[in-house]
Amino acid sequence: MIDSLKRIVKAVGLPRLTIVLFLVALLVIGYVNRLPIPMLLSNSLVRVGMNGIMVLAMVPSVQSGAGLNFGLPIGIIAGLIGMLVVMEFKIGGFLGLAIALLIACVLGVASGYVYGLILNRVRGQEMMIGTYAGFSIVSAMCMFWILAPFKNPEMIWVISGKGLRTTLPVSDSLTQILDKSWEFPIFGIKVPTGLLLTFALACVLLGVFNQTKLGISMRMAGANPAFAMSCGINVDKMRILGTVLSIALGAMGMVIYCQSLGLVQLYRAPLMMAFPAVAAVLIGGASARKATVWNAVLGTVLFQTLLTIALPVTRSVIEGDISEVAKTIISNGMILYALTRKEGDG
Amino acid sequence: MRKRFQLKGGFSAADLLRQNAVPILFLFMCILGVIVSGQNIRYIAQELVSRLARNWFLVLSLIIPVTAGLGLNFAIVLGAMAGQVGLIVATHYKIPGLLGLSVAVVLSVPIAVLLGISVGHVLNLARGREMITSMMLGFFANGLYLLVFLFMVGTVIPVDNPEIMLDSGVGLRGTIELKYCKYALDNLLKVRLFGVNIPVATFGVVIALCLGIRWLYKTKLGQELRAVGQDMAVASVAGINVDRTRITAMVMSTVLASIGQIIFLQNMGVINTFNSHEQIGTVAIASILVGGASVTSATVGHGLAGTLLFQLLFIVSPSAGQRLMGNAQVGEFFRVFIGYGIIAVALLIHSWERKVSLESASRQSALKGQAKATGNM
Repeated sequence: MIDSLKRIVKAVGLPRLTIVLFLVALLVIGYVNRLPIPMLLSNSLVRVGMNGIMVLAMVPSVQSGAGLNFGLPIGIIAGLIGMLVVMEFKIGGFLGLAIALLIACVLGVASGYVYGLILNRVRGQEMMIGTYAGFSIVSAMCMFWILAPFKNPEMIWVISGKGLRTTLPVSDSLTQILDKSWEFPIFGIKVPTGLLLTFALACVLLGVFNQTKLGISMRMAGANPAFAMSCGINVDKMRILGTVLSIALGAMGMVIYCQSLGLVQLYRAPLMMAFPAVAAVLIGGASARKATVWNAVLGTVLFQTLLTIALPVTRSVIEGDISEVAKTIISNGMILYALTRKEGDG
Repeated sequence: MRKRFQLKGGFSAADLLRQNAVPILFLFMCILGVIVSGQNIRYIAQELVSRLARNWFLVLSLIIPVTAGLGLNFAIVLGAMAGQVGLIVATHYKIPGLLGLSVAVVLSVPIAVLLGISVGHVLNLARGREMITSMMLGFFANGLYLLVFLFMVGTVIPVDNPEIMLDSGVGLRGTIELKYCKYALDNLLKVRLFGVNIPVATFGVVIALCLGIRWLYKTKLGQELRAVGQDMAVASVAGINVDRTRITAMVMSTVLASIGQIIFLQNMGVINTFNSHEQIGTVAIASILVGGASVTSATVGHGLAGTLLFQLLFIVSPSAGQRLMGNAQVGEFFRVFIGYGIIAVALLIHSWERKVSLESASRQSALKGQAKATGNM
């Protein structure tokens, strides 16, 4: 009995088991306290779709051997610029979304390439350098947001007449454009079909890429650099490829995030956004050396559902908004847990 | 210093310049900033003196872990939290003046020791990733800190004091005024020099710490710390308990940081309950790096000089930004950017150098490295 239990714990992994149990407990408490469970689940679905692609961005980076991408804010900034350009020229609808994604992707690829070149020179310290590279870019962009030549009066400060505002509402025709496409209710749960399909498409594309020759070489370069080199694979190039993919996915993920949130948050908002994404993929069972698309999907679903449900449930038990605190503790605790394990398992 | 360079012969001036490239660059930036900002020199001096008194102790708390090979200790945030706990309790019981500060120190030291031991254990599990782990520890502990002081005070911990708590009776206020022990140390002995108030007692404490660190490095423990920092395998062969020494280094750093935070806050006069400690790690580490320290070497001199330059830049950058860009906010963001940027660049240069030295190492040293690895096990 105990042996089989141990085997289950080992197969599922302690962090995942804890989180699943916690989630079940929360749902039970929520049900007992008569909280609107279907609404909570609809919100969870939206948040899974919103955050999924940014979590997925961790996968190519880990697979190529560049480790968990703490430099995700670099991609996030690229995504923000994509959104801002579309908003400046008031391009709405699917055209606007497509243009924002295109700009985000181009900027993401360019900055990801530069970032990849840097990471190739600092092997073993990618996480630390990535974190501070991200912090530096975010704070440098704070100066850019003030000085940037945006003219749309809805986006700039009214009094001084220049400098972007801290929080910008996305135009109505762009807000939740994906969430609302083919949205349908089932058992009182609203399913944001377009959003989830976008996430699924990204996952499938990355999965397919992993099976191509290039994808296999990239994963080999990450798993065993010495062997990959002897097979004639350029390991440095593969690491750059992984970083570029990761940053570009992060950039496009940010566009999806903004359209679903209906807001573009500038200045200090993107500073800490890498950590929840890193934590989610770790919760899904990835480590600093191994990650799959499945890890990203599972991690996002578990983490975001937990966060969405934790807020109203805890509010029904104790006063105050505990969800931000829970997010800090869970995501940073998860990353700590992964860091203190020996390389390879985790 | 200079003598040693001259003994090596040749390019002493060039060597000196290269070795101190970062502080010299920042010195120029500061001078430029002072000129551009056009602020009153006396104002700048007064502001600088009070900021130095506030920050020096905290920055110096970073030195010991660097010597012990643990890199820059981002986990001094935990020490700062311990210091804040002490101060909050002292304020709660309305203990005035120096007595209040002493009570705060006495209360926070055991907490800091406990935290330091835990940090040391965690970092021993994460060898080679100490810095990122200490940073994540800081973030993680911040979450726990929020949990305790936002949700558990007033519910689990029975406290009822409307002066420091929210009106709902649960959780602490966002800002707590230190009515009773504000400026207790600063005002102990104040000297007015050229129209600038100098808190002599605070500087006295800082000098005592500098001498203490110098003395520590002459003791057996100090030698062990250095040995561990240079080569864990060799130190272990020499009979030093490496794990224990590393934990000792973390405990000392955390305790110093908790005292440093108390000195910092008595000068501020107010605790931002949930933010005061957050930026401590980044600001202190950026300061010591500006002074020319690196991940593997930091001295008291680096800490003192770096804080001076970094804080000077802090003072002048908003008005310099106003003059240059027509926007004071640009200057404010600029100094945040410098803080993060200097850390990023310092880490970049460090791992770059390490990579180059690893690559240039001969096959023989690769073999040695293998022996080291087995020695580690």
